[in-house]
Amino acid sequence: MASNVHLPAKGAAHRGTDPVSHSSSYAYFALILGWLIPGAGHVLVKRPFRGLFLFLSITCMFVLGVAMQGKLYSPNAGEILNILGFVGDLGAGLLYIVARALDYGHGAVQIATADYGTKFAVVAGLLNFIAAIDAHNIGIGRKS
Amino acid sequence: MTFAPSHFAAVLLFAALASVVFGITQRSTTQAMVKYGLYCFAMFVVAVVGAGWLMWLIRR
Repeated sequence: MASNVHLPAKGAAHRGTDPVSHSSSYAYFALILGWLIPGAGHVLVKRPFRGLFLFLSITCMFVLGVAMQGKLYSPNAGEILNILGFVGDLGAGLLYIVARALDYGHGAVQIATADYGTKFAVVAGLLNFIAAIDAHNIGIGRKS
Repeated sequence: MTFAPSHFAAVLLFAALASVVFGITQRSTTQAMVKYGLYCFAMFVVAVVGAGWLMWLIRR
């Protein structure tokens, strides 16, 4: 049965009325900035409180992971699990880069909580990927 | 700089921090964010306690 109802494209309803109306490049800038600094993408698209909470949560999780003597994966072409761990860690953006530069993170897990710390750091990076994409979605008007 | 929480404290920390991010990124309104964040936290904790009891049963 054919319908005469015309629905707007997803997100289109917000584009005209949303005070935060951005170009595509602006949204991609929010994506990159959100990846580099957790929550910064949300601040850029004028959602400062969300950005603050994201910054605190993701940074706390990464710092706690390092404080638990978790392992920070380094780039290598070896085992697939190491590569995936590196991709997860890299999601934390500057946090990972700074931690590596300061030689934080142990090369090998030696105590039980260090294994948790490794997971904390990887998950912090993965959560930051989600947060950066969320900032991009707000930037293009797909989400309010 | 060393931090060595108990296993359960580590779970609670993980659940709380991850739930904040899930709540903010998966919902649009403030009220929905809070509700979904609390739901995620509860699910994390319930799943961990359930898995703990399951492992206890398997061990016996």
